[in-house]
This record gives sequence, structure tokens and C-alpha cells, in this order.
Amino acid sequence: MSAFTSADWLPLFAHFLAMSMLAIGGALATTPEIHRYLVEQRGWLNDTQFSASIALAQAAPGPNLLFVPVLGHAIAGLPGALVALAGMLIPSTTLAFFASRWGRKRRQTLGVRAFVAGMAPVTIGLLAAAGTVLAAPLATHWSAALLIVVTIVASVKTKISPVWMIAIGAIVGAAGGV
Amino acid sequence: LNDGVEGPALSAAPRSAAALFWAFTSLALQGFGGVLPVAQRELVEKRGWLTREEFAETLSIGQVLPGPNVVNMSLMIGDRFFGWRGALCALAGMLVAPLAIVLTLAALYTRIASTPMAAGAIRGMGAVAAGLIFAMAIKLAPTLKKNPLPLALCAAAAFATWALVGGWRVPLAWVVLGLGGAMVVFAAWWLRQKT
Repeated sequence: MSAFTSADWLPLFAHFLAMSMLAIGGALATTPEIHRYLVEQRGWLNDTQFSASIALAQAAPGPNLLFVPVLGHAIAGLPGALVALAGMLIPSTTLAFFASRWGRKRRQTLGVRAFVAGMAPVTIGLLAAAGTVLAAPLATHWSAALLIVVTIVASVKTKISPVWMIAIGAIVGAAGGV
Repeated sequence: LNDGVEGPALSAAPRSAAALFWAFTSLALQGFGGVLPVAQRELVEKRGWLTREEFAETLSIGQVLPGPNVVNMSLMIGDRFFGWRGALCALAGMLVAPLAIVLTLAALYTRIASTPMAAGAIRGMGAVAAGLIFAMAIKLAPTLKKNPLPLALCAAAAFATWALVGGWRVPLAWVVLGLGGAMVVFAAWWLRQKT
């Protein structure tokens, strides 16, 4: 772990600006890269803080992307949350605003269809990678590994709302089960 | 004339940009673990602001663009009705209330994080969060069967992405621009061959 200093604001903002443009197929697809940068490269957060932030955001209502301000909050409080969120939003929303009218008319063109077809498998791979990065620090304990597997099965096979699964995870964990 | 059989035939419009803000706040607050299914129910079935086709079309454009899908989608829907003011109102509606809630939770968590019970609870929640993201990948995998590219190639690209990013921790930009870029170029060539 290394402390976050005033010289680190710009790199933090710049990191999320870049993630915004690379978030093809959703914000969660960038979690492996955000983990690589914040935890492995800069050491601003440890694995526990990182996965706690993702878990808190999943437990709350709203778009998935809210894990970004929660990570910012864990690094540098409320200003950190706002800087991270602004970085994650500004490039992609600006692009979306100007490109959507253009794209609406050209959705059937070869370029757009090729983009969707080519990127779809990459997006799925990135989600699996995001799950791996989050599971890796926990999976050394058999009970946590079991909880991960049970969640996967329940989520694929049933329609139980994710918020209940997270609540159950919290109760099992608080009781010392993980 | 089978109007009205599958929801409103003509899409109604929101009364004002403020109405957009509150509509998006309401649907964001109902969306635990993803807003998309709620958005479809509220905007298409309940309010009739968009037809099912318009919703699917907006979503598919939102998926091509970088950035969070639902955020792009709320922006485009807001823009459609009230221009940039509508886009800002829809975006703010999607984010402001959920942001306040999640940051309150985060602040509470920071205070109690050192207690063993809170640490245990967050480990349990983290394990479930990891499982939910894996499940998302598994649930999306069958959509590759409808992909115009050969299934074996799609599977190989998904697996390579997983190994590169999840296993070897290769920077995302290299994988998205390199492997993703190569896949898009190949898809363009492939689709042209078939037409």
C-alpha cells in the first residue's frame, strides 16, 4: 500500500478517462484493468478494499458503473469519488451524445455490424476476467470458493434478485462463514 | 389494425425534462444488479415513451459506443425528447440518487470496516459479487450462437481475452485495440464475403 498524495489526482482522473473509452460492453468489463492499476501498480487500495467497493456498489440500487465512485471514495474520500466518476463519464457521454444521431441512421451498415459482431466475444471474455480478478484473493478459502460457485449456479438457474444473494453473502460472512 | 395489442402503438412523450429526471431516478432506484430490465419495463411497457423496437435500437447503439450501456442509453433517450437538456436530466436522474445512496453506504462501511463482523460480511458480499459477474458472462455466452462469425472463432476470442486479461493481466487497451480490433477487421471481411 502506498499513500495517495496531491500529485496523484491527475493520474487518477486520467486513468478513469482512459477506462471510459475502453468500456466497450459495460463498465464492469474494465474492472480487471482498474484492479491492475489501482491495486497492483499504484498500491492505493488493497484486494479487500477493492472487492469491498465492488460488492457495496452491487448491493446498492443503480447502474453498475457506480463501483467507480465507490473506488474513488475508498482512495480519496468524497473528492476522489467525484473525480473518478467524472473521469469515467466525460469521454464516453460526450462521444455518445454526438455519435448516437449519426449511428441511429447507420446501424445496419457493415462497419457497425462488424464492430458489434467482433467485440461481443471480447466483452464476454472481459466479464469472465473481471470475475476471476475478484474471486482470486477469496478463492483460497474453500468456503468462499463454495459461496462463489453457489452464487453462479443460483444466478444462472433461478430468478432470485441479486440484492438477496448479496444480503445472504453478507449474513454468511458476518457469521464468520467465509 | 392490431394497435394496442403489444403496448401503446404510438409512443407517448414525457411532459418535461423534469419528468425525465424523475422517471430515470425511479427506474435507477429499482435496479438492483443492473438497470436494463427495469428500463425496458418502465420506458416501454409502463410509460410508452419508446416502442420495443426503438428501445432495442437505442440499446444496440449504446452497446457499440464505449462507456456504461445504461448511461449511454439514458443520454440518448433524453436527447431524443428534449435535446441536450433532456440528455443531462436523464443522465442526472440515472446517477444522482443512486450515487448518494452508495456513497452513504461506503462512508458507513469505512467506519465499521475494522470490526471482524463487518470484515466478514464484506468478504461474503465480495464472493457473491464475483459470482454474479461470472454468471453474467455465462448468461451472455449463448448469444454468441447468433453472432454472424463462426462459433469456434467467437469462443476462442472470448477465451483468449479471459486468459490475457484475467490470467496474465495484460493491459486492457492492448487487448481491446489489438484482439478486439483484429476481430472487428475480420468481421468486416467475413460479412462482406457473405453478402
